[in-house]
Amino acid sequence: MTERPRLAVVGAGPAGVAGALAAAARGVRVILVDAGEQAGGQFYRQPAPALGARRPRLPDHRWRTWERLRDGLDRHRSAGRLIHLTDHHVWCVQRESGEPGTAEGAPAGRGSTAGGFTVHALRGPAQEEGVTVRADAVLLATGGYEQVLPFAGWTLPGVVTAGGAQAMLKGGLVLPGGTAVVAGTGPLLLPVATGLAAAGARVAALVESASPGALLRRAPALAAQPGKLAEGAGYAARLLRHGVRTLTGYTVVAAHGTDRLEAVTVAALDRDGRLRPGGARRIPCDTLAVGHGMLPHTDLAETLGCTLSGTAVRVDAEQRTDVPGVWAAGEATGIGGAALALAEGHIAGRSAAARLHGTAPDPRRWAAAARARTRLREFATALDAVYAPPAGWPDRVPDDVVVCRCEEVTAGQMRAATGSLGAGDLRTVKLLTRAGMGWCQGRVCAPAVAGLTGCPLDPGRRPFARPVPIGVLADLPEADRTDLPEAD
Amino acid sequence: MTKRLTCDVVVVGAGMVGAACALYAARAGLGVRLVDRGPVSGGTTGAGEGNLLVSDKEPGPELRLALSSARLWAELAREHGAAFEYEPKGGLVVAPTPDALAALREFAAGQRGAGVTAVPVDARQLTELEPHLAPGMAGGVHYPQDAQVMPALAAAHLVRASGAALHTGRTVTGVLRTPHGTVYGVRTDRGDIHAPAVVNAAGTWGGEVAALAGVRLPVLPRRGFVLVTEPLPRLVRHKVYAADYVADVASDSAALRGSPVVEGTAAGPVLIGATRERVGFDRSLSLPAVRALAAGAVGLFPFLRRVRALRTYAGFRPYLPDHLPAIGPDPRAPGLFHACGHEGAGIGLAPGTGQLIARALTGEASGPDLAPFRPERFDTEGGDVR
Repeated sequence: MTERPRLAVVGAGPAGVAGALAAAARGVRVILVDAGEQAGGQFYRQPAPALGARRPRLPDHRWRTWERLRDGLDRHRSAGRLIHLTDHHVWCVQRESGEPGTAEGAPAGRGSTAGGFTVHALRGPAQEEGVTVRADAVLLATGGYEQVLPFAGWTLPGVVTAGGAQAMLKGGLVLPGGTAVVAGTGPLLLPVATGLAAAGARVAALVESASPGALLRRAPALAAQPGKLAEGAGYAARLLRHGVRTLTGYTVVAAHGTDRLEAVTVAALDRDGRLRPGGARRIPCDTLAVGHGMLPHTDLAETLGCTLSGTAVRVDAEQRTDVPGVWAAGEATGIGGAALALAEGHIAGRSAAARLHGTAPDPRRWAAAARARTRLREFATALDAVYAPPAGWPDRVPDDVVVCRCEEVTAGQMRAATGSLGAGDLRTVKLLTRAGMGWCQGRVCAPAVAGLTGCPLDPGRRPFARPVPIGVLADLPEADRTDLPEAD
Repeated sequence: MTKRLTCDVVVVGAGMVGAACALYAARAGLGVRLVDRGPVSGGTTGAGEGNLLVSDKEPGPELRLALSSARLWAELAREHGAAFEYEPKGGLVVAPTPDALAALREFAAGQRGAGVTAVPVDARQLTELEPHLAPGMAGGVHYPQDAQVMPALAAAHLVRASGAALHTGRTVTGVLRTPHGTVYGVRTDRGDIHAPAVVNAAGTWGGEVAALAGVRLPVLPRRGFVLVTEPLPRLVRHKVYAADYVADVASDSAALRGSPVVEGTAAGPVLIGATRERVGFDRSLSLPAVRALAAGAVGLFPFLRRVRALRTYAGFRPYLPDHLPAIGPDPRAPGLFHACGHEGAGIGLAPGTGQLIARALTGEASGPDLAPFRPERFDTEGGDVR
C-alpha cells in the first residue's frame, strides 16, 4: 500500500487552518498540531465551551469565514484526511538526517522534501508528556506575539498587554477592570478599546503614538484597502458612541500607583517622536492595556535553519522557506493580519500538496489568493510605517525600571553592560546581566533591550521553543523514529 | 584616516584567557590593548559553564597549571568574587559500581601525590554531600578545590580591572612583521596597532591568528552542548559528575561523548554540560547530544526528570592534538606569544596562563614552566607530530 504523503502543520490559526485545508483537499494527509484546545488561534479565539457564550466578538463577515474554515476541518477530519492534535505544544521541529527519499514510509518522487521531519511536542495543559510526530514536510504557521516596550511603572498590577486584554475579552468575556486606558501603537488598539467599552468598561482614553500626519501621508496605500478602511471607520464610530477620547501623537510616559495601577501620565510627541514640553497630563485609571505592535514567532524556523528577513521568516512566492520541505505562512512570515494569513496559508497548502506529489504547482490556480496577498502585504507595510514605536522611547526609560521581568534586570544594568563592561550584542548583554535568561528567554524583553543598548535585534537562537522537561529530553526516541498518532 | 595606536602589548581576543593575559601584563607594568572582532566574552567564554576543575586532570603540566590557577582564582575572588559569582563549591565525582570506584580511587591517589586534595567518600557520605543523588552509587571522591565562576562576567570584570584599552568590534586582519621576521603589531580593519609584543588569545580561532603571522598552530573546534534548567532552590550543591567523565575529556574520539557535569548555580538554574564532539563549527541543534546530557543528568539526579530545560546552546572548545594549550613565546615569530588551545579548561586555567604570559613578556618565565606548552611543538619537518 502506498501511503499518502504527510504534512505537519504547526499552528491552527488562520494561516495553519487555511494551509491544512488546502493540502488535505489535494490528497495530502495533514497533521495539524496546535497548542489551543480548539482551532482558531489568537484571531478566532473562542470562549471556552463551559462559559456558554455563543460566539467570539468578531464582525459578522469574519465569523462566517471562520465557520467555513471550521466546517472544512470537521469534514476532512471525519474523512480521515486530517488529524488535529489539540493541546500539543511544539518545542522543536527537526529535520531528519538521512538521504532524500530514504525516510521511513516516504514514497518515491518526493523531489523537494529531503529526508523528513520530526515534530516534537508536549501534550496536555501541564506540558509534561513528550509526543513526536513524523512528517514528510512542514508548514510553520506559528503566528506572532505582542511587543510591549517598557516605561516607568509598566510592571504594576493593572498594566496588561493590549493583546492580553483582547484575549480575555474573546476567550473568557471577562472585564479586566473599571476604568481603562488603551495605549501604545498599532491597529490592535482600536478593537481593544471598542471591545472594552462594549463590555462595560469606561475607556478614559485611547492613546496612539502615531501622529495623525503620518496616517495621512500613507493614505494612498491605506485607501487601497477599502474594506480595512471601512472596518477602521466602524471602530472610530463605535469609539465616538462610547465617548472614548482618542489622543493621537501621544505616549504613556509613566504608570503610577503603589500596590496597583492608579493613573497614567501621557504626553504629546513632536514629529520626531520626542516629548513636547508641557504636553503631559495625568489620567486616573485602574487598567492600562498597552501594546506596540506584533513580532513573528520564528523559534522553530530558526532551529530548522530557515533564513530570516528582518524579524520574519523569509519565504518565496510559494511560501517556501529556504529549507527544503519547510513552508511558512501567516504572521511568522511578517505581521499582516488574519486576511493575509489566510491567503498565505492557502498558497502554502497548495504548493506543499503539489510538491509532496512530486509535481510543480501552477501559481495561476491560486491567482486570487496571490493578488490578495500582494494587496494585503502592501497594506501591512504601510501600517508598519505609520505605527512604529516613537523614536525617542529608550531615552524616556529611567535607569531603575525593570526591563527583563523574568530576571528583574533594570535598564541601568543593561546600559552599564554595553557602557563599561564591553557587551556588544544581545547575547553578551544577556551574559553580563541575565536579561533574557529567564522563563521567556528574552521573547518579551529582547526588543526593549535592543532599543536601550543600541544592539541590533538579532535572532535569539532558542532551540527550545518552550521549556522542556529534562525527562522528555532523556526519553527522546533513539533513531527519531516515531509513529503517526492514529486518533485525535 | 585612522590613527595608529601604540602600546607595549596587544592581546588578540577578549575572552577569559585574553582578559587574564591583559590583567597580569598590566599588573607587570605593561601598557596593554585588547582587541576583539566581537564583544567581550563573545566566543567560547560566553558558552561555557565556568568550571574551575582540578578533579578531572591527571598529574602533569595541565594539573600544575590548574593548581596554580586555582590559587590565583581564590586571590582574584577576594576582590571581584561577588561580581563574577565565584563559588568554591567543590567537586564530587561519583562511581556507580565497585569497579569504577576502585579505578577512581587509584586515579585520586595519583592526584594526591601531585598536590590535589582528594577525599574518598563512601556511599553514605555521598548522600550527606548530595542528598538528591540517585541511590545505589558505590562511592566517590570529594575535591574541595573545584570551584566555579560565571565566565562571561569574570572576563568582563577582569578586563575592566586590568585598565587595558579595550577595542571591541575590531578585527585583526594581519600580524605586522619586520623584514627580519620580528613582530611589531597587528593590522586591523580600523587601523594598525604597533607593539613589540602580540599575544594570541583567540581561543578556538587561535589557529587563524597564528596563520596571520605565518606560523602553524593546529587549533580545532570541539563542540559542546550545555543544558540550562529553570531556576531552582539549591538542590545540587557541588559540581557532580560520574567517573567516566574523565575518560571523555581525555578521549581523542571525534564521536559524541556525553557524560555530564551537573551543578547548581548562584542564579538558580542547574547547568548540565557538556558533550564533546568534533564536528567543526556546526552550531545547529543536535538532539542526540541533548538526549545524552539529559539522560546522564537524570541518572545522577532523578529529580531532574520533571525539571524543565529552558535553553541549550553550543560552544566550541579550542582543541590541540595533545589536549594541552599553547602558552608562551613563538620562536618562529619573535614577539608573538600564544595563549590559546585550552580545550574545555580555559576558564579554570586562565589566571595561571595570564601569569605565565606576563612573566614571559617581562623575561621572567623559566623554561621548565613553559616547555610542555611550547607552541611550536606540533612542527616536525613540515609534518604533524603528536
